[in-house]
Amino acid sequence: MGEIKVKDKDVVVPGETLAVGMDFLPSYGTYREGEKILSSRLGLVNVEGKVIKLVPLSGVYQPKKGDTIIGQVVEILLTGWRINTNSAYPAVLNMKDATSEFIPRGADLTKFFCIGDYVMVTIINVTSQNLVDLTMKDAGLRKLMGGRIINVGANKVPRIIGKQGSMVSMIKQYTNCRILVGQNGVVWVQGEDPAKELLAINTIKKIEQEAHFVGLTDRIKEFLEAHK
Amino acid sequence: MIEELRNEIISLLSKGVRLDGRAPDEYRPVVIETGVSKNAEGSAKVKIGETEVIAGVKLEIMTPYPDSADQGSLMVNVELFPMSSPEFESGPPDINSIELARITDRGIRESKCIDTKKLCITPGEKAWMVVIDVCTLNDAGNLFDAIALAATAALKSAVYPAYDGEKLDYKKKTSERLPLKGLPVTVTVFKYGDHFVVDPSSEEDKTYDARLTVSVLENGNICSLQKGGDEAVNTEDIFSMIDLARVKSKELRKFM
Amino acid sequence: MAYETRFDGRRFDEIRPIQAKAGIIKRAVGSGWFKIGNTEAYAAVYGPREMFPKFKQNPETGVLRCNYNMMPFSSAGERVRPGPSRRSKEIGMVTERALRPVLDLSEFPNAVVDVYIELPQTDAGTRCAGICAASIALADAGIPMKDMVCAISAGKVEDKILVDLNYEEDSHEQGVDIPVAVLHNSKQIALLQMDGEISPEDLRRAIELAKNASDQIYEAQKAALKDKFLLKE
Repeated sequence: MGEIKVKDKDVVVPGETLAVGMDFLPSYGTYREGEKILSSRLGLVNVEGKVIKLVPLSGVYQPKKGDTIIGQVVEILLTGWRINTNSAYPAVLNMKDATSEFIPRGADLTKFFCIGDYVMVTIINVTSQNLVDLTMKDAGLRKLMGGRIINVGANKVPRIIGKQGSMVSMIKQYTNCRILVGQNGVVWVQGEDPAKELLAINTIKKIEQEAHFVGLTDRIKEFLEAHK
Repeated sequence: MIEELRNEIISLLSKGVRLDGRAPDEYRPVVIETGVSKNAEGSAKVKIGETEVIAGVKLEIMTPYPDSADQGSLMVNVELFPMSSPEFESGPPDINSIELARITDRGIRESKCIDTKKLCITPGEKAWMVVIDVCTLNDAGNLFDAIALAATAALKSAVYPAYDGEKLDYKKKTSERLPLKGLPVTVTVFKYGDHFVVDPSSEEDKTYDARLTVSVLENGNICSLQKGGDEAVNTEDIFSMIDLARVKSKELRKFM
Repeated sequence: MAYETRFDGRRFDEIRPIQAKAGIIKRAVGSGWFKIGNTEAYAAVYGPREMFPKFKQNPETGVLRCNYNMMPFSSAGERVRPGPSRRSKEIGMVTERALRPVLDLSEFPNAVVDVYIELPQTDAGTRCAGICAASIALADAGIPMKDMVCAISAGKVEDKILVDLNYEEDSHEQGVDIPVAVLHNSKQIALLQMDGEISPEDLRRAIELAKNASDQIYEAQKAALKDKFLLKE
């Protein structure tokens, strides 16, 4: 038998003892040393049966295949564009993956995207050296025009989106804004009314601050009600 | 996208608001704390919103320069620490930190708030050198005003170290303040299209048309100016910016 | 001659009052602040981020880069000219070495984790305070870290073995200063330097004092990190 030393949703620091005993299973953010399971980073404890893992509370985005992100064009290449992914690794969007239109060789690529443009793209591949390939060919992916961009911690994205998108839908309802949330923590907001845009942005920032607390949905609903 | 950001800022300003909801002439909360570094002869930490800087004053004994044998001297240095922004790099001061230092220096020097003659100990032989170092801790926009405010607040709280004519004992601070009068207050006004704004946030700091840094004395006169930014500005606008700076300087002065 | 009472009245095994905070530099990915007596250190972490110059990139793992600096007005005594010195470069390097054993940067090939340590106020024990602040900052930044690193100076003044030397003790003619950093759980030593003459027995006692004191530092670091996530109404 063993013993869990922490509760679900506890904040733990690196090296803290989470459990003692061989029947617990160390998962993400934890490691086993002898009888003990210890945390391998700052995080929020998540216990599911015998499996103990950590939900990260901070950290820079790590590109993952399949993620849909919002990136910024930083360089025009011969056959594509280099995109800043808000991580340690820049990504490349090739001409052939950018659009279903045919782009002839030697075409002026700035006609499509210029340096500074924000684009919504999906990661199709991440190599062992963390080189990232992107595509813009799927539904919904495109260059973003107008609106405002804010950066949040990538680990807060699940809370901003909510279960089945419930949180972000609630914000959209109250503020009448279009909102796109990139898995890399880059969020695009566009509304008719600047005051509503600002409310959407402040709401998202509030979620970022309080993401790890219980009762978040209610608190955010209260906040939106109070400011509508 | 910088164009788009600029357009967004201007469109909001034409409705009287900014990206973070503030009014164009509204400063974020200003907090000044002095005596934050016990070894310095004077020190101050200033926060404007989340922008945070720390200034320290050290006094040294120098030999007066030959052309000003009866005067001490003043030096202002600014360090843009890489810790305060992902955009600052390690290394020798780049042109931005040099400009910041020189603007802050000019504001203090030209206000004549320190009479360098009063810093003289023995003409031709010994005088005090006042060195102000301002270091940035967190850059959330408007370093100009935060740095100037910290430098002046540190100067105001500075005291002489014990000096018996032979040896300087930094460990014993006297309670004698520096001979100061009439401190300057610096306000930088930023222009976006036809709108004038103070205390830009980091986003606003990326895309202004022009800026004017104005050091204002207690009597409302100005003692130093610096125009920055790539756009040319017509004369009337310059005076509008100066007026705004003079008004806001009164507010900032209360914090000192 | 015997050193009967410490200059500031502490017991020989007593460290100065400590304070710690996390997340105080908002633009950084992670940050920490650590104060022990009158020695105060800020640390900010940026990264993992792209590493420049490119030739320094390591394709197998991310790289840790530590920068240590004292603000010009921070020392007792004269102003210190700004800019890196040989001393500050060496301290940057031993700081890196002290932190590397707990870090796992294998998920970040070719990237760098930059740590910047700045001290506004010093009263000896600066590299140790820097390491304590850096440890908080790295944890705050979400870097994979298997333990916290706690650093404190120990040493000998005249005939007494003691912990956490202040400036007066450190600069005493017959003072031996021994900065020590330990990994909290295993108490393994990650930083050890010394200047002065000491017998192996006395050295052992000094290191024990440092290891014992490290627990108090850990508690402060832990509280700083957890405190950041408390809901403040």
